[in-house]
Amino acid sequence: MSERFKIAIIGSGPGGLSAAARAAERNVSHVLLEAEAHLSNTIYLYQKGKYVMDEPGILPLRSPIPFEAGLRETILDRWNETCARLKVNVRHRHEVAAINRRDDGIFEIRCQNGNRLEAEAVVLGIGLQGNLRKLGVPGEDLPFVQYQLDDPDAYEGETIVVVGAGDAAIENAIALARQNNVVIINRKDEFGRAKKGNESAILKAIDDGLIECYYNSAPEKVEALSAGRKPGRMILNTANGRAQILLDRVIARLGATAPRGFVEACGVVFPNKDPASVPAISAQYESNVKGLYIVGALGGYPLIKQAMNQGYEVVEYITGTAVEPADAPLLKAKFSNLRGIGSVEQALAQIQKNVPVLSHITPLQMREFMLDSDIRTPAEGAVIFERNDYTNSFYSIVEGEVRIAVENKPHPIVLRRGEFFGEMSLISGRRRSATVLAGANCVLVETPRRSMNRLINSVEAVKAEIDRIFIMRAIQSRFASEASSEQLAEMAASATLQRYKAGDYVFQEGEDGDCLQLVRVGSLTISRNIGGKEIVLTYVAAGNYVGEMALMGESKRSASARAAIATETIRLDGPVFKRLISRIPALRLRLQKEFKERTAANLAMQSMPGGGDIISFLMAQGAGEATDILLIDESLCIRCDNCEKACAETHSGTSRLDREAGPTFANVHVPTSCRHCEHPHCMKDCPPDALRRAPNGEVFINDNCIGCGNCERNCPYGVIHMASKPPKKPGLLQWLLLGRGPGPGEAPYDPDAVKDPKAKKAVKCDMCKDQAGGAACVRACPTGAAIRISPEEFPAYAQSRR
Amino acid sequence: MHDSILTHAKSRYLWISLGLCVISIALYIWHDPGIAPNGGTWLGYTLGTVAALLIVWLLLFGIRKRSYSTTMGSTLGWLSAHVYLGTALILIALLHCGFQFGWNLHTLTLVLMLIVIFSGFFGVYTYLRYPTLMTRNRESATRDAMLDEIAEIDQNALSLADGIAPEIHAVVLRSIENTRLGGGVWTQLRARDGSDIAIARIKVAIEKRETQIGAPPPSMQAGQTILAMVDFLAGRADDKQSEALRKLIDILSRKRALATRVARDIQYQAIMEIWLYIHVPLSIGLLAALIGHIISVFFYW
Repeated sequence: MSERFKIAIIGSGPGGLSAAARAAERNVSHVLLEAEAHLSNTIYLYQKGKYVMDEPGILPLRSPIPFEAGLRETILDRWNETCARLKVNVRHRHEVAAINRRDDGIFEIRCQNGNRLEAEAVVLGIGLQGNLRKLGVPGEDLPFVQYQLDDPDAYEGETIVVVGAGDAAIENAIALARQNNVVIINRKDEFGRAKKGNESAILKAIDDGLIECYYNSAPEKVEALSAGRKPGRMILNTANGRAQILLDRVIARLGATAPRGFVEACGVVFPNKDPASVPAISAQYESNVKGLYIVGALGGYPLIKQAMNQGYEVVEYITGTAVEPADAPLLKAKFSNLRGIGSVEQALAQIQKNVPVLSHITPLQMREFMLDSDIRTPAEGAVIFERNDYTNSFYSIVEGEVRIAVENKPHPIVLRRGEFFGEMSLISGRRRSATVLAGANCVLVETPRRSMNRLINSVEAVKAEIDRIFIMRAIQSRFASEASSEQLAEMAASATLQRYKAGDYVFQEGEDGDCLQLVRVGSLTISRNIGGKEIVLTYVAAGNYVGEMALMGESKRSASARAAIATETIRLDGPVFKRLISRIPALRLRLQKEFKERTAANLAMQSMPGGGDIISFLMAQGAGEATDILLIDESLCIRCDNCEKACAETHSGTSRLDREAGPTFANVHVPTSCRHCEHPHCMKDCPPDALRRAPNGEVFINDNCIGCGNCERNCPYGVIHMASKPPKKPGLLQWLLLGRGPGPGEAPYDPDAVKDPKAKKAVKCDMCKDQAGGAACVRACPTGAAIRISPEEFPAYAQSRR
Repeated sequence: MHDSILTHAKSRYLWISLGLCVISIALYIWHDPGIAPNGGTWLGYTLGTVAALLIVWLLLFGIRKRSYSTTMGSTLGWLSAHVYLGTALILIALLHCGFQFGWNLHTLTLVLMLIVIFSGFFGVYTYLRYPTLMTRNRESATRDAMLDEIAEIDQNALSLADGIAPEIHAVVLRSIENTRLGGGVWTQLRARDGSDIAIARIKVAIEKRETQIGAPPPSMQAGQTILAMVDFLAGRADDKQSEALRKLIDILSRKRALATRVARDIQYQAIMEIWLYIHVPLSIGLLAALIGHIISVFFYW
């Protein structure tokens, strides 16, 4: 007979810990199962002295466990202390292997160490970090085999075998090689999975003989040795047979198994295969498995405070105590400018009823959606957004109507209650395609990009509906002036979405043209094979179409179209399109005119030696996904670094650009500096959603940054740093006349000594959106070497550099 | 797209400066004060005022360059105007004094001004010429990257030398200690570095060793290549050693190439900056002289 508890809490992160503490406080029978020997492993593994922030500041904390922004050590100490005081029933080293719900509703929990438990309810708070993948060979748990490396300088003069070929393994190996004899084991014959910088660093280290590498090799077993100078050895299977390495230490960096497999095995259903999707949970955090609750990051709430509140609330729900969620006052405040709506729940239900696209989502998702969103009640005629703005939020119309001003058309398109707009910029990452004005009695819900993307990734029906409308409107905006609505509907019916990886051909020169492609996300390069070499002729950004010519007469593709970055297109069926243009002469004429212009531009590029090479070079630097990129003409650059100084001076002392770093081709230098991507990589995983896009396209970091460093890691261009504010400098005249240092453009005396170590936040280029004159780097360049341009200007730029 | 200081805004300031010059010349020719043209006539005062204001404005560039958040035009525009209007100043000042010179403060002011302007011309020349040379010399590496590589080569060279012979190790170590990049103004401008010495010293050490072990006198004369030296050695020393030596000489040659490039990089940068050490202090001197010139003129009036 195994032990039985009312609540079993799995994982002692902020959510689980808070739940267990609440259960202990209320004397509810509970158990907290933790795989490690300490609490809150994710925070435990933060680097020493890391300052943990407590965003969102407006959300009140509701938990028996204290939490406010502070050093990792302080927070962990207080948690441990509170846990002991409340007598929380913690079981360490209890990694859960399986959870089974019996027919009588009782959960059976089996742990890796063989222990079995029973519980009436289970709270899953295991986060997203996952379990570190082990070697999977005999000896994987020997004391000198470790799966983490906190401080590479702690080891000296050892023989260390690093297993793995990812970024973590490479970074560890290189750091360890400074003081140790390092061998790296790579299953493959290359380091293709790692970042470019890490790949070249490890290849160089191997080349220089600093690190020994076994390619195409895998460990067979690890053994402890009792005699000899080394405590252990590893037997390896290599391409040339077996090998033995005598060693002091093994560090395996094999990544983590995502917790999703385990969660699915518990019976929890995920909406789709997208790794970003989260399981659907009710307003009481209950999953589709009755009695199984999910709190924290696993349920889509990555912030510590959110998770702690959920832990508290979930215990109340399980014990049948009604509790108003901690976010209720916040939601109430949001609805305060809505007339005639009673409780928060009623308001949420009303919005879901009025806007069909939101009707598919669960109440909890709806709460989260509304917490991130804002209710707007613009006066009639007010501008909601302007054409060519770079904003990317999504709008649902709850009441009233909006008018969309379409170019070259006297009458605006009217959207009414229940419809939505703004999806084009959300999906393509590009400028707004039209100005939208508020109509009478208009009530809108404005949702930021991240929340909307999360919803699209989690709820299939929302995605399908938005895609359908996107296609319809994309076709409308291209062909509406000539075609009737039935003709457009016919075309939309034949349309399909296509995805391409960077470098994939959308179509190739000489192929039969059987479709027209509208670029929806990403961008294409158009190239021709001339004299055996692929010459790039031009660049096609999202929102434009390619391939129409082959449908209008010539049947073969006259050039190749290739995805410059990950790209999505809307494919319009050839025969349908042909039928359409045969019926509408005006459309035919317009397309022919556009084609003539394109051909002329292409010919100009083709006749220009090296012109396309500059575009190719820029594309290779990832400029295809840029919206605005800093380029330096090295034939003009006098290396005065005034651009960097201007950047530092206008941005509290830290330059966000590195002029010297970065590649150069034909005197065009791409410095390490933000290019404000269409779909910024940095935005991918920002817990407080601090990364935003301003109307003019600037991707910037809000003050609610928690300094987690995710954006720094996610940026493939290395343009984000973690920095703290240096002290204020004296003014120009004080420096000039009184010799008070440091002067403008000079570094502070000792940046490390005076900086406040606790408040390290991410900093990046914000294109000087708060500076009246525009980008300081460009304005400070005395010789005109630095310019900022957008990819649409690349063809003209290439031509100007003849 | 990219504009240089000379072509900025379709050379707007060139045309403005030319206009200023044409007007000044026309007035100078048209004006007939009855005596030899000088600074004391109404035209002389007018031109003098214009010139003095120009000098003050030209000096303000130093402040504009450091005012990073100002909205007063771009630094490029200011520099373009600085160059063209500064050039026009020569003519205006000469017309102002009516080509009268003497051993006095007034002419000193003029001379200082001319030195400042002509040092500026040199600056313009370096700005147009050296950036391209610098890019070509660097071959896409940064200076820090090159220095890192040199440091790395030094380490590798030491461990290689360790395996050959103690005297080679000592030579390599000494040569590393002697490698100096950058330094005083003169060193920077001359672009010399000490990395040649390493290879020369190794050569000496090998020769010494050869004579010590009593081998037939090595037929090494000046002008013989390093490669021949290694081949020569390969016959005598054991394989591993000569292989290491070959490698050592390879990487030392690489280091020499790198060090030369770094030295040249420093040289280019130094040339692009050196003229400022004349241009800026003398312009402050000019300001002082100018104030003296104006006060003294009013004093004697």
